Amino acid sequence: MAINESILTLILLVPLAGAVLVALLPDHGKLPAWLALLTTLVSFGLTLHLPAHFVLGQHGFQFEINRPWIENPAIFYHVGVDGLSLWLVVLVGLLAPVGVLASWNAIKERRKVFYALFLLQQTAMFGVFISLDLMVYYGFWELSLVPMAILIAMYGRKDGPRAAIKFFLFTFIPSAPLLVAILWLYTHTGTFDFVQLRLLIASGSLPAGALCWVALAFLFAFAVKVPVFPLHGWVADTFSEAPVAMAMVVAGKLGLYSMLRFHVGLFPVQARQIAPVLVALAVIGLLYGACLALVQRDFWRLLAYAAISHLSLITLGIYGLTFTGWDGAIYQILNHGVVDAALFLLLGILETRYATSQIDAYGGLAARVPQTATLFVITSLAMIGLPMLNGFVGEFLILSSTFSGVSHGWAIAATVGVILGAAYMLWLVQRLFYGPESELAARPAADLRPGELAVLWPLAILMLVMGLAPSLWMPSIENRMGAPILKGSTALPDSSLSVSFQGEGRQ
Amino acid sequence: MNPVPDIYRILPEVILTLTGVLVMLADASLPPGLPRRSLGWVAATGTAVAYLTSIWQLSLPVGTGFYATVETSPFTVFFHALICGIVLVALLLSLDSLPEDSHHQGEYYALVVFGAVGMCLLTAAVELLVVFIALEISSIATYVLAGYRKETGRGPEAAIKYFLLGSFATAFLLYGIALIFGATGTTQIYEIAHLVPTAQNHGLVLASLALMLVGILFKVSAAPFHVWTPDVYEGAPSPVVALMSTAPKAAAFALLLRVVYEMFPTLHSIWAPLLWVVAVLSMTVGNLAALRQQNVKRMLAYSSIAHAGYLLAAFAGAGSSGVAAASFYVAAYAAMNVGIFAVVTVVSGYEENLPMIQDFRGLVYRSPLLGGLLIFFLASLVGIPFTGGFFGKFYSFSSAVGGGAVWLAIIGLLNSGLAAAYYLRLAFATAQRPSGETGPKHGYQPRVGVAVIAALLFAVVATLVLGIVPGEVLHAAQTGAHTLQPPPPAATEVIGIASTKPLVP
Repeated sequence: MAINESILTLILLVPLAGAVLVALLPDHGKLPAWLALLTTLVSFGLTLHLPAHFVLGQHGFQFEINRPWIENPAIFYHVGVDGLSLWLVVLVGLLAPVGVLASWNAIKERRKVFYALFLLQQTAMFGVFISLDLMVYYGFWELSLVPMAILIAMYGRKDGPRAAIKFFLFTFIPSAPLLVAILWLYTHTGTFDFVQLRLLIASGSLPAGALCWVALAFLFAFAVKVPVFPLHGWVADTFSEAPVAMAMVVAGKLGLYSMLRFHVGLFPVQARQIAPVLVALAVIGLLYGACLALVQRDFWRLLAYAAISHLSLITLGIYGLTFTGWDGAIYQILNHGVVDAALFLLLGILETRYATSQIDAYGGLAARVPQTATLFVITSLAMIGLPMLNGFVGEFLILSSTFSGVSHGWAIAATVGVILGAAYMLWLVQRLFYGPESELAARPAADLRPGELAVLWPLAILMLVMGLAPSLWMPSIENRMGAPILKGSTALPDSSLSVSFQGEGRQ
Repeated sequence: MNPVPDIYRILPEVILTLTGVLVMLADASLPPGLPRRSLGWVAATGTAVAYLTSIWQLSLPVGTGFYATVETSPFTVFFHALICGIVLVALLLSLDSLPEDSHHQGEYYALVVFGAVGMCLLTAAVELLVVFIALEISSIATYVLAGYRKETGRGPEAAIKYFLLGSFATAFLLYGIALIFGATGTTQIYEIAHLVPTAQNHGLVLASLALMLVGILFKVSAAPFHVWTPDVYEGAPSPVVALMSTAPKAAAFALLLRVVYEMFPTLHSIWAPLLWVVAVLSMTVGNLAALRQQNVKRMLAYSSIAHAGYLLAAFAGAGSSGVAAASFYVAAYAAMNVGIFAVVTVVSGYEENLPMIQDFRGLVYRSPLLGGLLIFFLASLVGIPFTGGFFGKFYSFSSAVGGGAVWLAIIGLLNSGLAAAYYLRLAFATAQRPSGETGPKHGYQPRVGVAVIAALLFAVVATLVLGIVPGEVLHAAQTGAHTLQPPPPAATEVIGIASTKPLVP
C-alpha cells in the first residue's frame, strides 16, 4: 500500500516539479505549454487514483500521512482526504489540463512565466484541499493568492495591476484575523492538527466567548474568498482581468470547501449560531448576483455576478446545516467547477475570435459557428439547472433541504433567484447567438477547432453523466458523514441535524 | 574544567579587526593607480573566517571573559553568525557595484569590516561601557559609509543627518548607563539585573530604562525615533543600505533583548506596554508612509520601519519564547532585506539612474532573473508562506498571542495586509509589460558578476531555508534564548563563579 501513502504527496509534488522544470527550460515556442499539459495530465491521472482506491464506509481520513515537520511550534505535514475533499481534488486535477488547453492560443507571450505560475497554483490548490494541519493549510491558502495575483497583473486585459492589487488585498487582509485565530487555537490547545482540534473544541474545554470570535475570524476569511454578499467587491474586476484559465481554476472552490471543513466542521456550535445570518446573506447574494448579471454589458462581468449568485446558492446549502444540503453543496461545487470551466472556455474562445467581450457587439452567431452555439447552449442549460443535467441535482438538493430544513420563505426566495439565473443565461445565449446577425458575426471566423472540441465535448458529456447518474458520486461524498462533520455535530443539542441523509436526490 | 582563554571569547572580533587593519594598511601602501577591488575579496575572506570562528565558539562552554565584560553563548553566536553573514553578502555586493575607478574602495572595505567588529562586540558585551564602545565603533563606521558617495549632494547630507541624530541617540544611551550606574553602583548587566529589584532609588532605574530604550529604539529605527531613516537610506549607496538596514539593526535588537530580558526582566510590566505602543506606532507609521512613496529606496526605508514594528511585537511574549521569536525575525528580516537591496543595487546601479517605482516597470521582461528575484523578495516581505518572512511574522505574532497581546497580533497582521499594497505595487510594476518609454532609455545595463550572483544566491537560499525548514534556525534561536534568561538569584551565583574563573590564573 505504499502508493496509497505517498499518492497525496505525489499529487502535490508533480505540479511543483513541473513548475520548476518549466521555469528552468528555455522559453522556446510552445515547449512550456507542452510541458504544462504533460504535467497536468499526469497529475490528473494521479488524482484519479484517489476515487479508485477510496474505501467507502471507512471512517476518518484516507491516504493519510502525518509526519512532524517543524518541532516548535508543532507543525505536522498532515494530509488526507475524505468524501468532502476527494472529488474536489479530482476536480482540480481535471480542470488543470483544461486550463492549459484554454491558454494554448490565448497566451502568446511569456509562456514560461505563465505556465510555471499556473502549475504553482495547482500545487497550492491541491495543498488547500488535502491539508489537515491548520498551519500547512494556511500556508497553501496564502500561497494560492500569489500566482493568481501576478498573472492578473501580467496578463490583465485593461488595467491588470489595479485589479491584481484589489484581488490580493481583498483576500489577503481577511486572512490576518484567520492567522491570529489559528495562533490563538494553538496557544490554547498546543496543536494545529484538524482532527485533534475538532475533538478538543467539541469537548467544550475552550472558553466559549473567545471561541465565538475565533470562529468568526475563520468565517470572515472564507466568506470573502467565496464571496458571500456583501464581501464580493473584488470578483467582477478579477474575473474580467484574470487570464481565462486562472479564473476558471480558482473560482469559488477554495472558500466553500474551507467553510465546510474548517468553519462548520471545526465550530459546529458557533456555525449554528451564525447560520441564520449566512442563510439570509446567501439568499440576498443569490438574488443580488442574479439581478446584476441581468444588466451587465460585458460577458466576463456577467459571468462574475452569475458566479456570485451560484456560489451564494451553495453557501445556502452549507448553512442550512442539513445533511442533504451539504451533499447538494458539495455536488454543486463540482458542478459549478465543470460548468464554469466550460463557460470560461467558450467565452474565452469568443473573445479571442472576435476581440471583444461586449455582449451588444454580438448577435446571430449560431448560423456561423454552430458547434460553439450548441456547446454554449448545453453548458448554459446545465448552469440553469435543467433536469438531466448536473446543475439540477445540486440545486434540487439544496433548495429542497432549505425548504424542509430551514424555512419555506428562504427556499422560495432562493428559487426566485434560480429562476432569474435562467433568465440572464438564456438572454445571454439569445444575445450572443441568435437574433439579427451583427456586423461581428459577418466576419469570417473559425468554428471550434479539433483541440477545443476535444476539451469541450468531454466536459459536456460529464455534465450529462453527472446529471443522470449522481449515484456514481454521492456514496463517496456521503462518506464524509462518517468522519469530520458528524462527530462534531452530534455534540449539538439541536435535532435538525438528524434529518436523514438518505437524501431525496440520491436516486 | 580548564578555563577558556579570554581571547577565544572574542576571536571573531579579533579576526575582523586584523582583516580591517590589513585592508587599511594595504590600501595605504599600494600604489595610487592600482585598482583596490582585490581588497574587497580580502575583506570577504576575513569575514567568512570570522563567521566560521563564531560557529566554532559554540563548542566553548557558556561564560564570560575579560573580567565579565564579554560573553559567549548560543545567543551571541546566533547574532555573530547572522552579522557576519550579512556583512559577507554586503561585501560581495559591493565588489561588483562600486565603480572600478573609485579611489576610496580600500577604506570602504576597511570601514565595513570595522563596522562588523562593533556590531559583533555589541551582541557579545555584557558590560554597559563595552556596549557603549561597541555601539560607537559600529555607528561611526556606518556614518562614514552613509556619506560614501561624495560626488552627489545627498551622500553627505545623509551622513550628516545620520551622524547628528545618531550621536544624539547615543547620548541618551550613555545617560541611561550613567543613571543605572548611579542607582546600582555597577555597569555589569547580570549584577544590575540582580540589584534592580532592591535598588533604593527606583525612579533613577526607571529613568535609566527610558533613556536606554530611546537610544536603542533609535538604532532600530522604530517610530517615533525613525525620522532619519528614509533620508539616510535614499542618500547612502545601495550596498551600504543593504548593510545598514540589517546588520546594525540586528546588533541593536540583540542589545535590546539583552537590556529588557536580561537586565530589566523585573520591570516587565513597565517596558512591555511601552514596546507595545512603539510596535503599533512603528508598523502603522511605516506602512502608511510607505504607501505614498514613489522612490523605491524610500519605500523600503519605511518598510524597514514597519518591520521593526512587527519584530517588536515578539517582545510581548514572555521570556524565552519572545527572545527566540525576535531572534528568528531578525534573521528572516535580514535575509530578505539584504536580498531586496541587492536586487535594487544591481537594477538601479551605483549612480542610481533608476530610483523610482515606474523605472522598475517591465523588469521581468528586461532581466527575468532580477525581476523574478525582486518579486520573490517582495513576496517574502509581504509574508507569503514558504518564505522566511512568513515564519518571521508567524513566530513574532504567535509570541504576541502567547503573551496575551491578541490585539497587537491583529493590528500587526492587518498592517501586513496594508503593507502588501505597496510591495505589490512594485512587484506588479516589475511584472507589467514595458511601455517603451521607461527603462532602457537610460542606457543602463545591469552588471551581474560572480560576486553579485553569490550574494543573491546567499540571500535567496537563506530566505527559502527560513521559509521551508525553519527548524534549525529556530532551534538555534531558542537555544540562544535560553541562555538569555533573566538570571534567578541562584543562577547569578553560577554566572558569578564562571565569570571570576578566568581571573584566577
